[in-house]
Amino acid sequence: MTVTVTLATARRVLDQLRHDHRTAALLLVFPTVLMVLLRYVFDAPERFDRIAPALLGIFPFTVMFLVTSVATLRERRSGTLERLMTMPMGRLDFLLGYGLAFGLVALVQVSLVTAVTVGLLGLDVAGPVWLLLLIAVLDALLGTALGLAVSAFARTEFQAVQFLAVVALPQVLLGGLFVARDQMAALLRWVSDALPLSYAIAAMRLVTGSADAPAELWRDIVIVAGASLLALALGAATLRRQSG
Amino acid sequence: MTSSPVEIEGLRVVRAGQEVLRGIDAELPAGVITGLLGPSGSGKSTLMRAIVGVQRITGGRVTVLGRPAGSPPLRRLVGYSTQTPAVYQDLTLTENLRYFAAVRGDDPADAGRVLDLVGLSRYAHRLAGELSGGELGRASLAVALLGQSRLLVLDEPTVGLDPVLRGELWDLFHRLAGTGVTMLISSHVMDEASRCDQLLLMRDGAVLAQDSPAGLIRRTGAADTEQAFIRLVRDGRQEVAS
Repeated sequence: MTVTVTLATARRVLDQLRHDHRTAALLLVFPTVLMVLLRYVFDAPERFDRIAPALLGIFPFTVMFLVTSVATLRERRSGTLERLMTMPMGRLDFLLGYGLAFGLVALVQVSLVTAVTVGLLGLDVAGPVWLLLLIAVLDALLGTALGLAVSAFARTEFQAVQFLAVVALPQVLLGGLFVARDQMAALLRWVSDALPLSYAIAAMRLVTGSADAPAELWRDIVIVAGASLLALALGAATLRRQSG
Repeated sequence: MTSSPVEIEGLRVVRAGQEVLRGIDAELPAGVITGLLGPSGSGKSTLMRAIVGVQRITGGRVTVLGRPAGSPPLRRLVGYSTQTPAVYQDLTLTENLRYFAAVRGDDPADAGRVLDLVGLSRYAHRLAGELSGGELGRASLAVALLGQSRLLVLDEPTVGLDPVLRGELWDLFHRLAGTGVTMLISSHVMDEASRCDQLLLMRDGAVLAQDSPAGLIRRTGAADTEQAFIRLVRDGRQEVAS
């Protein structure tokens, strides 16, 4: 691994976004627009307060998952990845470069949606806002890492987009957004316990719901970070210098 | 004993149960342009990928500059361009080249030099995605020219170019070979054969002949390389000139 190569890769990914105005705008602004929409659909502050924290965790995860899986699939198919693999580029340089770039994008995205949700839409955040941002960025990194890993199993962009439904939707359904996790049937509860997004959503609820950070919150944060590392390792395993 | 920069012995590649390369033996001498010719599907690209070290091989050996193909020290000494233009369409040409230069550990200022070499300086700040197919191909070639590579492996670098540009690129390849760079250039157009110092004719995953263009014509008694190719296939003479 080389720091200069990792940084060059992160910069290159950001440069690509900079030229693609539409994608950049969608990435940064769309979650905020959705949140505003949601506030007026519910039209009752207490109901909005219940669902908004979970969404602050889900948005960065799903958006980054989608963007990363398509971006890396493009690298695999266009030959740029093969070209990089003939150069002194480590697999970690590639993965961390993407992680760094999309982590930064997520930070801006989440800052924006948090500022609007807290400032304009009146969501109460009892805990420290920096902790909320940290969790959101970790969620984004989890999405990026899973997107990298999954792109190895997709042959076409169509498949990559479908993987969003396969990987993200069950996690959203079982993560406690619609039905509280402790009210689920035992089997579903077990599955929910095994999915990283459940902990991301729980962490978001804890940080918005309580002023002091309980031990449970830190446990959730560690689990989300650990799942991201695991997914990155899986992604690294799918990046091969030699292929058939 | 002097050894060639690239030595290939008994190279076999099996992909999905199909033998794509069937025991290739070949040598690329230093400072020589070797033309890799053969019909589409004959295994040219697979052979090139094996030499740059991104092809999983089933058997045999590929030695590049005294090391197994793909060894880490070789990654700064080998330039490679794929058949499809491998550049980022949503970056400008300069951004593309500066990025690849950074990955290779070359001076980012090298971007200007290689753009000049392929005649794309005036498009330096255009997005790659806005270029024509031929221009995109040259941009991809520029990436392979970065730094001080000792071996250049170029997969169909002149496809889709007008004759004037094609001539200019071949002049460039000869200048590079003149400085001692070993070149392997593939083409499915037989009329490019005469521009090479040595030819490697491939068909169905095997080497049909390795010889100079003149030697090949003399040996087969054909009028040109295309005829020589046809005669070699017809006679089924799978011999390799030494």
